[in-house]
Amino acid sequence: MVLWQSFVELVHELIPWFDGSIATILIILIKAIALVIPLMLVVAYFTYAERKVIGYMQLRIGPNRVGPKGWLQPIADALKLMTKEIIFPTKANIYLFLLAPILAIAPAIAVWAVIPFDEGIYVANLDISLLYVLAIGSIGVYGIILAGWASNSKYPLLGALRSASLLVSYEIVIGFALVTVVMIAGSVNLNDIVMAQKGGVMHWYWIPLFPMMIIFFISALVETNRAPFDVVEGESEIVGGTHVEYSGMTFAVFFLAEYANMILMAVLAVIMFFGGWHSPFEGIPVVESMFAWVPGIVWLLAKTSFFMFLYLWVRATFPRFRYDQIMRLSWKVFLPWTIVWIFVVALMTQLKIGPWF
Amino acid sequence: MISSIKKLVKDFSLGELRAGMKITAKELVNKKITVQYPEEKTPISPRFRGLHALRRYPNGEERCIACKLCEAVCPANAITIESEMRDDGTRRTTQYDIDLFKCIFCGFCEEACPVDAIVETQIFEYAFVDSREGSIMDKAHLLEVGDKNEKMINQTKLEDSKYT
Repeated sequence: MVLWQSFVELVHELIPWFDGSIATILIILIKAIALVIPLMLVVAYFTYAERKVIGYMQLRIGPNRVGPKGWLQPIADALKLMTKEIIFPTKANIYLFLLAPILAIAPAIAVWAVIPFDEGIYVANLDISLLYVLAIGSIGVYGIILAGWASNSKYPLLGALRSASLLVSYEIVIGFALVTVVMIAGSVNLNDIVMAQKGGVMHWYWIPLFPMMIIFFISALVETNRAPFDVVEGESEIVGGTHVEYSGMTFAVFFLAEYANMILMAVLAVIMFFGGWHSPFEGIPVVESMFAWVPGIVWLLAKTSFFMFLYLWVRATFPRFRYDQIMRLSWKVFLPWTIVWIFVVALMTQLKIGPWF
Repeated sequence: MISSIKKLVKDFSLGELRAGMKITAKELVNKKITVQYPEEKTPISPRFRGLHALRRYPNGEERCIACKLCEAVCPANAITIESEMRDDGTRRTTQYDIDLFKCIFCGFCEEACPVDAIVETQIFEYAFVDSREGSIMDKAHLLEVGDKNEKMINQTKLEDSKYT
């Protein structure tokens, strides 16, 4: 933050004819770019990691031809997709067809504005940031529904319908699961939620909310259309779902949005249940001072990478769920569990059990 | 009673899912079995039936006597042979074509040959990318393959002779 302040002063000094409002806009722009470019890089290398990890789990070695150990594979993929032709279906609505990928990626990136990476490191500090995340996150489904409709093709339409109904069911579950977090933390500000978990592994919310954590993670898999719940794409049933008619860059944008959402859900799981940027060694006498020099963002990213790995691990392990089974899981298993747990948490908060309340 | 409680605990702690994830985690660190093809190759049996070749005797005389047994036995009618009498009174081929579009690599021609003239080598990395003519092997081409790989052909036929 000190660095940031001095940077702001430097801009004011170098360009004195800049009035405050232009400088503010510029600073917001710089912040946004500083967030989006690393995010896109992480997405690119997440696809590489996905292919490598799943390959290793299937006793293959994954991509290893482009560059040393295949390190340049994501760049080659990006180049390939950029140079490919974008094909429009003859009877598609071209405006909606092009609007759909934009509607998919814009919320996926916008949500990142309120994610706190470290104490004081965020693009915006909203008092209702959790509601913002849920609200903007749900807009992403419009992109998929529009893509299915605008393609004027049957498989995309089926995929879009599945996506819509899945999102409606699991948004409720995620909402209820996060209500328990809000009940304990007493705030819907992500910063405050993380600050409330200060004080070591035992103070993080994954212990009192263990079932909620598992439910949140599984619902996150559904929300981001990941295996084993990827019925929206469902290669073996509906070819490629909403992606069928998209090619080249339009497809790549959907891809980016999906992966940005995956990483977002991983970060959200860390912030909600695993103490955000707090070091896991807090409260342990000797080790705490040994790791005191590690900045909080490193802990956050380390925890996030574990959840991202979990995504790949789950995808490599489980076969796809049948559609009605996913619906049953949502309405008959997860929803009752979350509602019961809300009452359990209410009891725990009233009786002041453990170090969390 | 106890077994039903055990099952309940296992179900609610996602026992089946954990078992599956344990397997994939184990495979993550296991040795990979991929053969990196252009650099690494799997061993080939001496009985492998690859590209055809016409052989010669050590003194340079071609073995084929144009008996047309291979042409007769070929189930795909891939072989075409024309022959005439040479100046020294022996019968030799003037044309010996193998159409690789038709050939099914069954190895009957090799079995039928009384003088071991036509053989199938271990060569399998031939690709006729840009010429249709290339995939119809004529006599000169077949002899060339034979001359180039005579040592390898000798070796593989010797290895296989124990089992024929």
